[in-house]
Amino acid sequence: MPGGTERILRRRIGSVKNTKKITRAMELIAATRVARAQQRARAARPYAEQLTGVIEDLAAGGADVSHPLLREAENVSRVAFVVCAGDRGLAGAYNSAVIRSAEREIQALRADGGDYRIVSVGKKVADYFNFRGFDIDTRYDGFTDNPTYENAREIARRVRELFDAGEVDQVELIYTEFVSLGTQRPVVRRFLPLTSAKTIADEGGGDAEALAGFSFEPSPEGVLEDLLPRYVEARLFAALLDAAASEHANRQRAMKAATENAEELIIKLSREMNRARQESITTEIMEIVSGAESLNDEASAEVINSFAEALDA
Amino acid sequence: MAFSIEFVSPEDVLYSGEGTQVIARTRGGGEIAFLAGHEPFIGSLEPSEVRVTEESGDVMSFAVRSGFVSVTGQSVTVLSDQAMPSSEIDGEAARADLAAAQEALRANEHDAFALEDQRWAQLLVDLSSGQSA
Repeated sequence: MPGGTERILRRRIGSVKNTKKITRAMELIAATRVARAQQRARAARPYAEQLTGVIEDLAAGGADVSHPLLREAENVSRVAFVVCAGDRGLAGAYNSAVIRSAEREIQALRADGGDYRIVSVGKKVADYFNFRGFDIDTRYDGFTDNPTYENAREIARRVRELFDAGEVDQVELIYTEFVSLGTQRPVVRRFLPLTSAKTIADEGGGDAEALAGFSFEPSPEGVLEDLLPRYVEARLFAALLDAAASEHANRQRAMKAATENAEELIIKLSREMNRARQESITTEIMEIVSGAESLNDEASAEVINSFAEALDA
Repeated sequence: MAFSIEFVSPEDVLYSGEGTQVIARTRGGGEIAFLAGHEPFIGSLEPSEVRVTEESGDVMSFAVRSGFVSVTGQSVTVLSDQAMPSSEIDGEAARADLAAAQEALRANEHDAFALEDQRWAQLLVDLSSGQSA
């Protein structure tokens, strides 16, 4: 039945148009969220800079203590991985890129006979590792598109527990670094033990004028002891914000591509539909003409003429 | 004499401007008032109230869970991972948090995190009910 193809195509075009509306809306939402996530990352920067600044001042004042968070294991065999990705899909390769680099690290560790712990951030991460039969130590989700400092504190608390209790020798942080709107890349960063206060200070980023002669309350060591856990939280918070901005940027790109694909598909399907309609009209005319010819008398010629007039009108 | 004061937390900048005095309580050192020209100083803060006196003489009060105060020649910086203006404290929520923390402490009296939560909730309750902590 020739009319059938046309109807099917018309319905498909309708559904592709709906999809396009949805992907377009998601693209716009993601775009505003990228902007907001970047804004929050900017808002977090003064705190992180001042914190690093204080560490610089401390280092300048000569404080370098043996804090549990600075403890370097002699041989690292147990490693915790904090894997940060998203709660939702529809963000291109965002989740899979992070998960893949995490899995690679874990497999490499296991090949060396090491033991892993997974702290998952984001539903997709937990789902993947669960499905693949990995043990998950702790899972966090429900906030990856808009993390708060409280979230970072909660995760940092668990990670410090693992590290302080000596259950792991090292902690790796795997997340997506937001380089620019066009570039985000998954990175693996050593999270714990922290490098010494001296190294943190040398790497800089703080804006403190490193002048000696500070007095400390309760003591340089006491301040540093309070400072390092906050530094751990601030670093984790920065990573979560970077990951959130990256997630939105990836989703924006993925939805833009999906919208463009839908547009192309609509054009292609419309062409097909027009062709199908044209074909069915041609077939009908051919049927009428051949029917009339087979009758081959005056009456049928009249029918053809009147049909032709109707088509012209 | 006025000097510049910055009060920052990870989520935003709570105060930024000129002031004449900052009062904070450091761990082990008790309450310290910082005036212009204070010697360079870095202190670790207790869960306590931080008071900032603005140039106009108005005093702003903040509840601080933990943090640091850093004083250099011309400026005082207060860093806190969790802080809020005392006027924005939700007394009801603070009382609920206090009860929860005390509950956790009954289960394990050496739970350092619960102890911290309890002190913070207690401070919020005190500040919201008007008495200075």
